[in-house]
Amino acid sequence: MKELCVPAKLEQLNHVLAFVANELDGAGCKETVKTQVMVAVEEIFVNIASYAYPGQEGMATIRMQITGVPAIVQVDMLDQGIPYNPLQQKPPDVTLPVQERAIGGLGIFMVRQTMDELCYRYENRYNILTMRKALNG
Amino acid sequence: MTIQTSRDGATTTLQIEGRVDTMTSPQLQQAVLEAFQEAEKVVLDFKNVSYISSAGLRVLLIGQKTAQSKHTAMVLTHVGETVQNVLNMVGFNSVLTIE
Repeated sequence: MKELCVPAKLEQLNHVLAFVANELDGAGCKETVKTQVMVAVEEIFVNIASYAYPGQEGMATIRMQITGVPAIVQVDMLDQGIPYNPLQQKPPDVTLPVQERAIGGLGIFMVRQTMDELCYRYENRYNILTMRKALNG
Repeated sequence: MTIQTSRDGATTTLQIEGRVDTMTSPQLQQAVLEAFQEAEKVVLDFKNVSYISSAGLRVLLIGQKTAQSKHTAMVLTHVGETVQNVLNMVGFNSVLTIE
């Protein structure tokens, strides 16, 4: 398992994505799956950086492990901010005409659509979101 | 991400290269809105883009809403498979003009 712990700040996004890309490249991940996992990590990280620690600073941890045949990647994203389950967010209506579309709300929707498995738990004061995805599915 | 802007009559083309993510999307939004100040048609060339997150989708939606309110047009060209899959997933294929 590889782990990256960074300040929960948007400026860390490139660092986070480079970490994720490096792990997936090392496992021979398909390009489309790599992009989907990176986008999912971005969406969750940006949520943490934007909302987890209102008025104060905190850390975000990204843990990655790739196991099994065929290979599955598991990404755990942890923060010690306010308890928040992003999976409870109401999905946006993606069938509305353009003028009625809300700007925003698509991030978690994309994560839900692209990952094979998602689960959230709050444990020892940590928000923990776990994502799983088959690397060559 | 880099953006190269070129004009041909009333059409402005933005050639985008790299990742359209949370950090780079404000730059794209600014370029799109600037282009709409004069152009009647804004073309976003996605040939060299294979990564778009929700921040980038938000910019596309702002661009499309701007185009409609000004009775102008925004067109996406050379959209690759990965980005097209994202656009389909969020239903943008029915609200954007993709050529």
